[in-house]
Amino acid sequence: MQLTDLTMLELARKLDAGEVSSVEATCACLARIQQVDPRIRAFLRVDEQGALASAEASDARRRAGTPASPLDGVPVGLKDLFLTEGVETTAGSRVLEGFVPPLDATVVRLLKEAGLPLVGKLNLDEFAMGSSNESSAYHPTHNPWDVTRTPGGSSGGSAAAVAAREVFGALGTDTGGSIRQPAAFTNTVGLKPTYGRVSRYGVIAYASSLDQPGPMTRTVSDAAALLQVIARHDPLDATSAPAKTPDYSAELEGGVRGLRLGVPREYFAEGMDPEVEAAVRAALAEYERLGATLVDVSLPHTQYALATYYLIAPAEASSNLARYDGIRYGLRAKDARGLKELYAQTRERGFGPEVKRRIMLGTYALSAGYYDAYYLRAQKVRTLIREDFTQAFKGVDALVAPISPVAPFKLGEKVDDPLSMYLMDVYTLPCNLAGIPGLSVPCGFTKAGLPVGLQVLGRAFDEALLLRIARAFEREHDFFRRLAPVEA
Amino acid sequence: MALTLEQVRHVATLARLALTPEEEQRMATQLSAVLDAVAQLQTLDVGDVAPTSHATLTASLLREDVTRPSLPPEKVLANAPAKSGTSFAVPKIIE
Repeated sequence: MQLTDLTMLELARKLDAGEVSSVEATCACLARIQQVDPRIRAFLRVDEQGALASAEASDARRRAGTPASPLDGVPVGLKDLFLTEGVETTAGSRVLEGFVPPLDATVVRLLKEAGLPLVGKLNLDEFAMGSSNESSAYHPTHNPWDVTRTPGGSSGGSAAAVAAREVFGALGTDTGGSIRQPAAFTNTVGLKPTYGRVSRYGVIAYASSLDQPGPMTRTVSDAAALLQVIARHDPLDATSAPAKTPDYSAELEGGVRGLRLGVPREYFAEGMDPEVEAAVRAALAEYERLGATLVDVSLPHTQYALATYYLIAPAEASSNLARYDGIRYGLRAKDARGLKELYAQTRERGFGPEVKRRIMLGTYALSAGYYDAYYLRAQKVRTLIREDFTQAFKGVDALVAPISPVAPFKLGEKVDDPLSMYLMDVYTLPCNLAGIPGLSVPCGFTKAGLPVGLQVLGRAFDEALLLRIARAFEREHDFFRRLAPVEA
Repeated sequence: MALTLEQVRHVATLARLALTPEEEQRMATQLSAVLDAVAQLQTLDVGDVAPTSHATLTASLLREDVTRPSLPPEKVLANAPAKSGTSFAVPKIIE
């Protein structure tokens, strides 16, 4: 067993016991990246110097008996959407090439304060717009379980790096499933916290009413530990919830006996891959065996979630991305005559096709004459989707459902058909529209050896229960012990 | 709903995006397909439904109106594609 095969908490225990140093763990990550990343391509940038300096400081704290947190010294990676002072941050876009942030995102500051070495910046779909990592302006990331397939998106780099054991854990962001779907595609755990639970300050915005950062790890216990570090009220983010952070590890082992778990019938629609459905159904049966009661529930407006999302998210994106105008940072088109031409040409050259598509869609939906028919109507349907969940949670403690209708698909398979790509998010994005937490836990494999994830959805601020439900399954089936077969 | 090239050009102007003729053509096809798909929202009766603009907001978001330190000018300007003294430089607007 290699050092990098350890989970975050296993490494933390070894650091505590003095069996291994943070510098050794960080060097192991750097060596692993060198070994496997040419095939996986999860990283956009490795910050070797910064990570090693942080690891040395961590080892000094351990020697002095004053670790900054239980995860002090455990190396992690960051989706390249988080501002990191002094380290280039691009959001996977040419428009931000060379941009070196003057400050840290709040979650980055929290990770640094907790002593976690930050190994580097991970690939993503440009501005987090995509479900396969193929819209990154730099290169696609490959799935460690089958390098001809996508690791999902948009946090595909984070998921792939964790699955390939290049880092012990990572942060992603989830606007319509961007943490949960790549987690499902890579046999890792991904948690989208309640909107407002984790600060968005310094996280490059895609759709501000939906975006939420969260942990991506190999185990549920690791996800709880990493969430513990980043879940804080933040006065710098006006939408950060002034809620107390519970102890996420405290009730992790509580099991599911006596819980009522809702199974939304709309999440098993026609067109679902039978092998994916079989794995999810087997997981549901397992919960019954463990003492939970499965309850058939209906979320009647699910069929409208996709349309609602693909109006609201692009509308917010078109507004958020107006700041990339070539004036204050990033790319500037040369030889433009006048300001208008400078804007238009900078944006033409800086943005890739998916980003342009969403900006156009959003601008259209917000434009005079169409606002009521598209954007306002979508916001009203969003209310109906939220009410579906409120209604469902009156009778159940949480919901269990598939993440994705399919297993990881081939790179290039859907890239020219935006609509079919958007359909990949059909089971994940209602959660973002409602602002509730959602989690993906590995629940099996297809015959071809591709991972399948199970989704657990809960009431707002009920992350602890979601983690407990996921942990109950993980205890019975330690799929996380199966390692992606990627080698140099 | 099929978007015309004319409409695509108008939206591109609003979005401050220069598009090549091929991009305009592709955008018309692809956006039309997406707009067709989202048209299903028109079938819902939302007459009495209040819009949700934010998932969890209940309180006022305004902080106290007090001065506080901000980033120093040299940090703010560090990423500027062009600068002049302590200002961002832009192409001449007025002839």
